[in-house]
Amino acid sequence: MQRGADPRLPPPRNSLLPEMTIPRPASWGSDLPTVPSGFTIQAIATDLMVPRQTLVLPNGDILVAEGRGASAPPLRVKDIIAGFIKGFGRSPVESGNRLTLLRDADGDGTYEVRTVFAENLNAPYGLAMIGSTLYVANQDALVRFDYVEGQTSASGPPVKVTDLPSAINHHWTKALTASADGRFLYVGIGSNSNITERGMEAEVDRAVVWQVDAQTGARRDYATGLRNPTALAIEPGTGELWAVVNERDEIGPNLVPDYLTSVREGGFYGWPYSYWGSHVDPRVQPQDPERVASAIQPAYALGAHVAALGLSFSTSAMGAQFAEGAFVGEHGSWNRRIPSGYKVTFVPFRDGRPSGEAIDIVTGFLNSQGNARGRPVGVTVDPRGALIIADDLSNTVWRLTPAQAAPRAERDSSQ
Amino acid sequence: MLLAFPLALFTAALLSDIAYARSYHVQWANFASWLIAGGVLTGIPVLLWALVGVFRRADPGWTAGIYFAVVLAMWVAGFINALVHSRDAWGAMPQGLYLSVITALLAVIAAWMGYSRPWSRLVP
Repeated sequence: MQRGADPRLPPPRNSLLPEMTIPRPASWGSDLPTVPSGFTIQAIATDLMVPRQTLVLPNGDILVAEGRGASAPPLRVKDIIAGFIKGFGRSPVESGNRLTLLRDADGDGTYEVRTVFAENLNAPYGLAMIGSTLYVANQDALVRFDYVEGQTSASGPPVKVTDLPSAINHHWTKALTASADGRFLYVGIGSNSNITERGMEAEVDRAVVWQVDAQTGARRDYATGLRNPTALAIEPGTGELWAVVNERDEIGPNLVPDYLTSVREGGFYGWPYSYWGSHVDPRVQPQDPERVASAIQPAYALGAHVAALGLSFSTSAMGAQFAEGAFVGEHGSWNRRIPSGYKVTFVPFRDGRPSGEAIDIVTGFLNSQGNARGRPVGVTVDPRGALIIADDLSNTVWRLTPAQAAPRAERDSSQ
Repeated sequence: MLLAFPLALFTAALLSDIAYARSYHVQWANFASWLIAGGVLTGIPVLLWALVGVFRRADPGWTAGIYFAVVLAMWVAGFINALVHSRDAWGAMPQGLYLSVITALLAVIAAWMGYSRPWSRLVP
């Protein structure tokens, strides 16, 4: 598996039929995901409507964005067939298009209050909070709600901050995070194709991270060439923006690794012309050698086709071993005979950079028959000492806690 | 008559591939992929009828046999070409172009045989 700062990449491979393995949905029954010793995991909400990303509010309440974006129209026979096959691995539940709020009022780890915070949204995905304003990245627009601590439902309909690119929406998810100083929002916008097969005209304002002024809604490209930046987060030590990015398919089971990287202002990360720095992708014509030469090599490979969709930086409340680093939710592969991903991993950091091997922290999403009981999406560190994991196949929100962590109520009163 | 469909579709696919190779406009590759799929689909009855001809003919079997072999080769090349054209963007090239040349050429040969004597009775 190509993981780490310096993955060995095989040459690209063309095949007549793309490798496809779609694990079929299976039930958890009474089983739980597998976690390291010293940790416990439990479902804090079930029967959701396609939960994707979560946000922990200042009072400890959890918001869950639920929804599924519109599918891009099929262009070729291949799109119809591939879409049909991939459908076997998906939850049949319809898109929630809403935010659900979960509350654990007494701090016992059971989220006994569950309300619909906002509805009639359009495939909400990214969530962020600046001061008392909640920002939600729908598949077609960035919107905001005024938030008052303790609210269990929004006081009114959202206000639009800015439109987001949504034509075709091959990759529809819009990732979101706020800058450390609260002045800007960063929006991750995926490409409109695997590798430009819908034409370069479809890629205007695509495969980019936008910087949006929180006050005015003015936006500009912050970084480009990021094929599908599905989750964004600020590294707490340095205040730098980081992203997990899903790379291109159909040039082999070990190409191209999805990656975790810091996102440099003005940086170009290769897509579509090249991958992992300056490895040219021959499927893109005409090529652009100048841009290839300027392509930044990402910081850390997560493995090919793992489909990283969640990113959250840790805190000391997660225990000494996991105090510094990034949790990554890996939705799992389709373009590979032997599935990859289907787990939550932890990439240890030191001085604001990845250091050392990634550790699998939540596994067991695939059962022994190779069927999928769940597929992790968004991961969010609760500063009180928990990792919140959205699972869009079993429609569950999981909560991973270090067993030795004190119950929340006691911790709060001791601070 | 049936042979007219693969003949037209496979040659049109070749023209689309040439247009893509010259312009890099990916829409031409999309056109080609649908034209090839159509050629493969409409080629099935042509192939079956050619097979029937092999067993049905009273006169020397080699005429029907050669015609069937050419139609079969056209269809197999077309099918492989359909798979190659399912690759994204320039990934279908240049193999897709070569296969389109071969497929169109075989379609023209089959048509030349099928629409002239002594093979004409083999074409429905």
